[in-house]
Amino acid sequence: MIEATNQQVTLEIFRGDDDGGEMTEYTVEVQEGMVVLDAVHAVQAQHAPEMACRWNCKAGKCGSCSAEVNGHPKLMCMDRLDNYEAGETISVRPLKTFPVIKDLVCDVSWNFEQNSRIGQLQPRQGTDWLFTQREADRVQEFRKCIECFLCQNVCHVLRDHDRKDDFVGPRFLVRLASLEMHPLDDGDRLDEIKDEYGIGYCNITKCCTEVCPESITITDNAIIPLKERIVDRHYDPVAWIWRKLTGQK
Amino acid sequence: MDKYETHEHDVVVIGAGGAGLRAAIEASAAGAKTALVCKSLLGKAHTVMAEGGVAAALASADNRDSWQTHFRDTMKGGKYLNQYRMAELHAQEAPERVRELQEWGAVFDRTHRGGLNQRNFGGHTYPRLAHVGDRTGLEMIRTLQDQGVHQGIDVFMEATVRHILKDDDGHVAGALGYWRESGRFVIFRGKSIVLATGGIGRCWDITSNSWEYTADGHALALWAGGELIDSEFVQFHPTGMVWPPSVKGTLITEGVRGEGGVLKNSEQERFMFDNIPEMFQGEYAETEEEATRWVEAVVSDQRPDARRPPELLTRDVVARAIRREVRAGRGSPHGGVFLDIASKRSPEAIKRKLPSMYHQFKELANVDITAQPMEVGPTCHYTMGGVRVDADSQETGVPGLFAAGEVAGGMHGANRLGGNSLSDLIVFGKRAGEFAAQHAAERSAASSFDDNEVEQQAEKMLAPFGREQGENPYTVHNDLRNMMQEKVGIVRTEDDLVSALEDIGRLRERAATVKIGGNIGFNPGWHLALDLENMLDISEAVTRSALLREESRGAHTREDFPETDDETWGQQNLVTTREESGEIAVRAEPLPEMPDELKELIKE
Ligand SMILES: Cc1cc2nc3c(=O)[nH]c(=O)nc-3n(C[C@H](O)[C@H](O)[C@H](O)COP(=O)(O)OP(=O)(O)OC[C@H]3O[C@@H](n4cnc5c(N)ncnc54)[C@H](O)[C@@H]3O)c2cc1C
Ligand code: SF4
Ligand code: SF4
Ligand code: FES
Repeated sequence: MIEATNQQVTLEIFRGDDDGGEMTEYTVEVQEGMVVLDAVHAVQAQHAPEMACRWNCKAGKCGSCSAEVNGHPKLMCMDRLDNYEAGETISVRPLKTFPVIKDLVCDVSWNFEQNSRIGQLQPRQGTDWLFTQREADRVQEFRKCIECFLCQNVCHVLRDHDRKDDFVGPRFLVRLASLEMHPLDDGDRLDEIKDEYGIGYCNITKCCTEVCPESITITDNAIIPLKERIVDRHYDPVAWIWRKLTGQK
Repeated sequence: MDKYETHEHDVVVIGAGGAGLRAAIEASAAGAKTALVCKSLLGKAHTVMAEGGVAAALASADNRDSWQTHFRDTMKGGKYLNQYRMAELHAQEAPERVRELQEWGAVFDRTHRGGLNQRNFGGHTYPRLAHVGDRTGLEMIRTLQDQGVHQGIDVFMEATVRHILKDDDGHVAGALGYWRESGRFVIFRGKSIVLATGGIGRCWDITSNSWEYTADGHALALWAGGELIDSEFVQFHPTGMVWPPSVKGTLITEGVRGEGGVLKNSEQERFMFDNIPEMFQGEYAETEEEATRWVEAVVSDQRPDARRPPELLTRDVVARAIRREVRAGRGSPHGGVFLDIASKRSPEAIKRKLPSMYHQFKELANVDITAQPMEVGPTCHYTMGGVRVDADSQETGVPGLFAAGEVAGGMHGANRLGGNSLSDLIVFGKRAGEFAAQHAAERSAASSFDDNEVEQQAEKMLAPFGREQGENPYTVHNDLRNMMQEKVGIVRTEDDLVSALEDIGRLRERAATVKIGGNIGFNPGWHLALDLENMLDISEAVTRSALLREESRGAHTREDFPETDDETWGQQNLVTTREESGEIAVRAEPLPEMPDELKELIKE
């Protein structure tokens, strides 16, 4: 374990762009409690000021610093160096699913395009805006998303099969669920979710849920209920109408 | 100027935090063709990090609240240096702006009755902060972002603006910047420009602020001929993390104290009871028993019959008290004091109301806050000082240039109350957008600018690449931050401030010769090298203002002038300008006269 002060750590960081590059080794001094992002910053300050990486909050709140550390998709700012063995070389790569701009920075603009396809809340006419915390809880879980895109990165539909044209990916199914399950929403997006956003491509492997740093139960709480609603609509219209009528979101 | 990529809009908003997004939404809703430019990806601005809540007198959690009380609290928290008109508009309009967020999809925490829940925060008389656990900023920025993307706003992400272009009459004409990704230059032409660039915290070593807070907008306005106001007032939030070193400065929301957390020194004393200043005497609990009664009432959603705990005094007071305990040798092992919520609330309640604090300490410090106290100390957090604007329209002294959010000054006076920033963003973001669009509609076309000026600026930006020798920009930046921390921190003296000015002079020389490696694409070393200029200018504005104000008030404490001087300094704001020669100058100006009906409100 890396602990006492002023130990050294060796990182192997991808340097390059979409046309190629190589893993470059750096050794930096580290202090107790440091995270991978600190070590990357130390590399910038001591060896390679021109090395590119994204970060903002350094507290797991903004979702900027996503990378693959020793092959695992992580937020670098929440990944402590003492998670690794002393003397172990830590490899840091950019997300695989998106094109690399430079070093650890990827082009994630596809995700922003997906988001702009999704419409806003459609509040019930004349609502008094009263609802309980229990009703809020369900949606608040989805709204914790910090858009780190780690789930998008691991979902095999996007990562291995590159079906970006057909499938919006778990992050945006979460967003759609947050609208569909809002206690005062009156919209109906089920057909779009099936036909345009491609929920059928998801085969419930749960890889997305496993990597979510916000512990959103993406598959069980967002995707599966949406799938069920779609099934109901097409194969059990009575259940669907019942839910609509009773306002059970 | 065909040489550089150019975009033309009616309104160009620089910055995509709460203020910038709200301004862009308003401008485009008013029919203006609107550009939104930001240094990071959309949704990653500082606003995303805000935790505790957004202050608005909705009177949903306590029906005694009103805009008048919010106004009074804000003025009192600001030690009466606030621009009264901003504080008035803010208190009046915040509730409507918060309700609007709800209609756009924000899901705030609820009261038992199903309305918007509001929590207590320092300096607010009633529970006033609408919140979502401790991630209110995320809820706000995501709501605005999702609303904004459907309005046809053109978003330019990861572009940094370096210079405001003007026409011969001094009216804004556009903004010159570079794409972070490629390093290529880009021009955003506009009839109106809104600065919404946030704060200046990266000038200090211990800070809750991210890399973005390099004082860009403050400097852009100053360089364009605008004025800054109240620069001496920099808020040190009392509770930053102090251990481990890598997270030193990371924020712990005031919500911890709002939910009942208490501050203790190494002797297990709740030292805040001995630190209630004159002006707040009689408003805070005087015994632990009373404070506990207050917390118990509040957490069970009842109206308390006790006064609030002194831990909820304003931030300036709490930060100084903590500093004093540490200096007196009663600190925690790593140089802070203890913040304890574990002995006050159940583990379930802590995890539900403060999930990200729980997570943050568990992951980053190996501390379980449901079982152990946290170690905390002051961290540079927010700047009350900022670009001087007209309260109603948010227009600066430069025609066509507007400013809103943390970059604008005046609203918070000598000290900001928690929660009053998020509300500031949406109230004045909206106003800036509205008036910028109106201003643009009155002009037939974007003004023209001098191509030579663009060339000169471009050359200046590229200069660091040409140098054969020179220092690493990170070294110069670190030295600036340590110097400001030591000499222009929470407590100041004339000697330190004078010495700081000399240091700034030397740092300028070093900054002018830094050298950059690698190429121009996504090169953080180069970005930092350029930002040194803004940080040095604004550090100087803060230092000069701090030197001139010979009293202690709000966030500004002078060891050599410990008294609050209402006769002289209490009647003046300090205004910073940049002279033709490039020198930074500070002068005092009398406060605007407050109408009688508002004076009545702030009378005790
Ligand atoms: C950890 C933390 C917690 C906080 N909690 C609270 C709270 O609970 N309640 C509260 O009221 N306040 C809180 N605050 C304060 C509040 O969050 C900020 O003051 C507020 O979010 C600032 O918003 P803004 O819109 O002015 O700027 P920001 O959200 O910081 O946005 C600035 C924008 O400007 C862009 N920008 C900057 N310079 C340039 C440039 N040169 N070119 C192009 N773009 C540029 C950035 O990319 C960014 O998009 C907190 C602050 C922190 C750090
Ligand atoms: S559960 Fe579905 S969305 Fe999640 S990773 Fe697996 S296939 Fe992708
Ligand atoms: S759902 Fe989780 S993993 Fe996916 S983007 Fe949001 S926070 Fe990241
Ligand atoms: S820097 Fe914000 S999540 Fe890591």
